[in-house]
Amino acid sequence: MGMLEGRWEEGFVTTTLEQAVNWARQGSLWPMTFGLACCAIEMMATGAGRYDLDRFGAGAFRATPRQADLMIVAGTVNFKMADRVRRLYDQMPEPKFVIAMGACTCGGGPYFKYGYNVVKGVDLVVPVDVYVPGCPPRPEALLEGLMRIQDKVGAMKDYTKGQPLNLPIPKRSGAVKLPTELESPEKSLEFLTQNKEHAKPAKA
Amino acid sequence: MSASSASVRFIEEPKIGFLERMYIPAIMEGLSITVGHIFKPQVKTEQYPEQEPELPPNYRGVHRLNRDTNDRVKCVACYMCATACPAHCIDIVAAPAPAEWKDREKYPETFVIDELRCIYCGMCEEACPVDAIELTTLYDLTGLSREQMIFDKEKLLSVFDQTTKPDPHRGNKITDPVRTRSGLLGPAAELPTVK
Repeated sequence: MGMLEGRWEEGFVTTTLEQAVNWARQGSLWPMTFGLACCAIEMMATGAGRYDLDRFGAGAFRATPRQADLMIVAGTVNFKMADRVRRLYDQMPEPKFVIAMGACTCGGGPYFKYGYNVVKGVDLVVPVDVYVPGCPPRPEALLEGLMRIQDKVGAMKDYTKGQPLNLPIPKRSGAVKLPTELESPEKSLEFLTQNKEHAKPAKA
Repeated sequence: MSASSASVRFIEEPKIGFLERMYIPAIMEGLSITVGHIFKPQVKTEQYPEQEPELPPNYRGVHRLNRDTNDRVKCVACYMCATACPAHCIDIVAAPAPAEWKDREKYPETFVIDELRCIYCGMCEEACPVDAIELTTLYDLTGLSREQMIFDKEKLLSVFDQTTKPDPHRGNKITDPVRTRSGLLGPAAELPTVK
């Protein structure tokens, strides 16, 4: 607060509504219990006594999306789970944030090439705010990711006509869409026959 | 083969008395374990952003590409790491080495590691015949976008510069000294002998 800052005696704090709301939101990011695979164990370790997510006000893991601000997608997202992930994300109240935790969640990880049932990055399903790579990431890395979310919350401009925050929403976010050559059964059959022709060995 | 009745040994269920049937000894036993935990040494919370964790020197974190003594990239683009990588996250484009680089035939024109897909297993480091790729103890990598997390050659070399210099953020010590064969190239750089 430029003009009013420091004009009163000690003990007075001046702030804007926006800053106050953001400060409150920063200190109470409630994550959703959303462990999908082994990264969930590391997420639990982060919530437990040694790393203590409660120091950041984010220790209250909610079992329902309606009470959560933050979705920590911890673990391999397969195709069957993907639309559940999207649905749970849609059920969360605004403002909502997503941390993609672990190599599988961020980009398919070891299942990238041969994992026929694994989503190649959860940003194909929901917009991801912070990526935390690792297999699994250390609890410190998850805390780092959480602090980056807090920075983002602190910069939000909801109530005044400020510069709209340039959120780095990935280009590929949104529902899972098939590539154009696979979108209809006829097209995909054609594509697969072409592929087969292409893969034939030159010599018999 | 199914078990014959001769091979099955039937045993009597142990008789439980009145006290056991009240479950009081079992509850007491359980509670004694619970109470015992109060007097055990407590878990000390790590104050993370202020206090860095103590990691072993062989911790596998963010990658780096080593430089040799002439500040050139040490990699000879042999594709061993890309082949060994279980997550297929390394992408190398090789090019013929400049004429003044007498010690090798090829060098990587681009060397891209997708840090999001990498599982930090260290197999690239094991596979590398010239010790060009190493994993550092940088453990808290996060990114705001996918593009940020795809590390190219310059970025990987800058990780080398950062980790082999005294780091002011980590107590002015060199966190990851070059571990092996400093400056020298290994067998993959030896030119093939013509018979």
